[in-house]
Amino acid sequence: MEKAALKLVVIGGSAGSVDVIMRIVPFLPSDPDFSIVLVLHRKSSDDTTLEDVVSIKSAMKVIPVEDKTMLETGAIFIAPSDYHLLFEPTGELSLDVSEKINYSRPSIDVSFESAAAIYKNRLTAILLTGANSDGTAGLISVKENDGFVIIQDPESADIPFMPANALENMTPDLVLDVDGIVNFLNSGF
Amino acid sequence: MTATDSEIEAIISTIFEYYGYDFSGYSRASLNRRVNRLLELGNYSHVEDLLSRIRHEPDYFERVVGDLTVNVTEMFRDPQFYKQLREKILPIIGTKPFIRIWHAGCSTGEEVFSMAILLDEHKLLEKTLLYATDISPDVLQTAKKGIFPLRQMKQYAENYASSGGKEDFSKYYMANYGLAKFEDRLIARMVFSQHNLVSDRSFNEFDLILCRNVLIYFDKDLQNRALTLFDDSLPNLGFLALGSKENIKFSVLSHRYQQVEREKIWKKLR
Repeated sequence: MEKAALKLVVIGGSAGSVDVIMRIVPFLPSDPDFSIVLVLHRKSSDDTTLEDVVSIKSAMKVIPVEDKTMLETGAIFIAPSDYHLLFEPTGELSLDVSEKINYSRPSIDVSFESAAAIYKNRLTAILLTGANSDGTAGLISVKENDGFVIIQDPESADIPFMPANALENMTPDLVLDVDGIVNFLNSGF
Repeated sequence: MTATDSEIEAIISTIFEYYGYDFSGYSRASLNRRVNRLLELGNYSHVEDLLSRIRHEPDYFERVVGDLTVNVTEMFRDPQFYKQLREKILPIIGTKPFIRIWHAGCSTGEEVFSMAILLDEHKLLEKTLLYATDISPDVLQTAKKGIFPLRQMKQYAENYASSGGKEDFSKYYMANYGLAKFEDRLIARMVFSQHNLVSDRSFNEFDLILCRNVLIYFDKDLQNRALTLFDDSLPNLGFLALGSKENIKFSVLSHRYQQVEREKIWKKLR
């Protein structure tokens, strides 16, 4: 597989983010040249529910992540609850049950940092609504590795704390509301 | 500080050279995080300082092994998994005159004690031996004491109840000074020993092998090596149980094992 050609979008979100995802996925292209990895804080009991609703609304293929799932172009990958999701140099996704970070597992910081180290300037990281500070350190790492950073406009966020915290600590490439994120993902970026 | 790829390689090769532990087949993203955590916890400013301590202090190295491997675990983790063990697997292996179970990568032992409780409630404990192994001698020292923080018991009691447990969970331990000490009669059926899935061989035959959330830290080649080791340790119709996001679908075992139901438990067919 052509790992070098893979464009990757990692979307991190916490409280309120499932609603945002539901407003984004119906408007994604059916056969894009990128893949999306969703890293959302949620209860383990909600795992299959999220996978089901995203599948119903999305034209893209939806793949629940298990150990060593191979990333492929044009699909949406969903991180399971209660595991950190990491990116391997082989193009595989790996899981890790080590200590929670920012009271969270999966931690958005962990996934952003790990993706940044491998995908560098082919990575776009998007941070959505949420009530804790997870994601900020990860976005800084994405920037340091020449990736592209988008933060949801806190004004458009259900719970503005998480995007606002990121904005206080780093300068993103774009600050967008939900429609803006949809337009960006359809722009061939 | 953050270790570079070549510094990670240096750590892996030093550990192998001095102690024979081979971490080269570990998933790199996770191992990198463990190494960086180790550097942070030890306040190292140069990787060379860590390497030097590893070379000269075997006692310190034992702690390093514990820190490089992930030792986050809980009792009755994934209650639905334990429910399936309770309802589907124990009635089958319970028909045997003597039962051997292997917990590979048992960490601090919480899941071994969970299994002992299930066996006890099926009146099978007295004819069972639980072999519990881990790469890290440090965590085995904790596991064999059967003493866990009392503050976790509320969560464990909830897990136990969701797994189909009907008893008062607190009857299995004595609470004292913030600790919960589990009953000696549970510990009496356990054998703890150091075992390295990367380099050691099969040491017995088992009716059930549990290896939960260990293979996620291995790359595909090392996973296949460990799975072959389990295969060598299982008779036909023996059971293999893995973590909830682990799978043998694309492994060397896939065509000879059948998943029992929804949970990650397979039966060896041939």
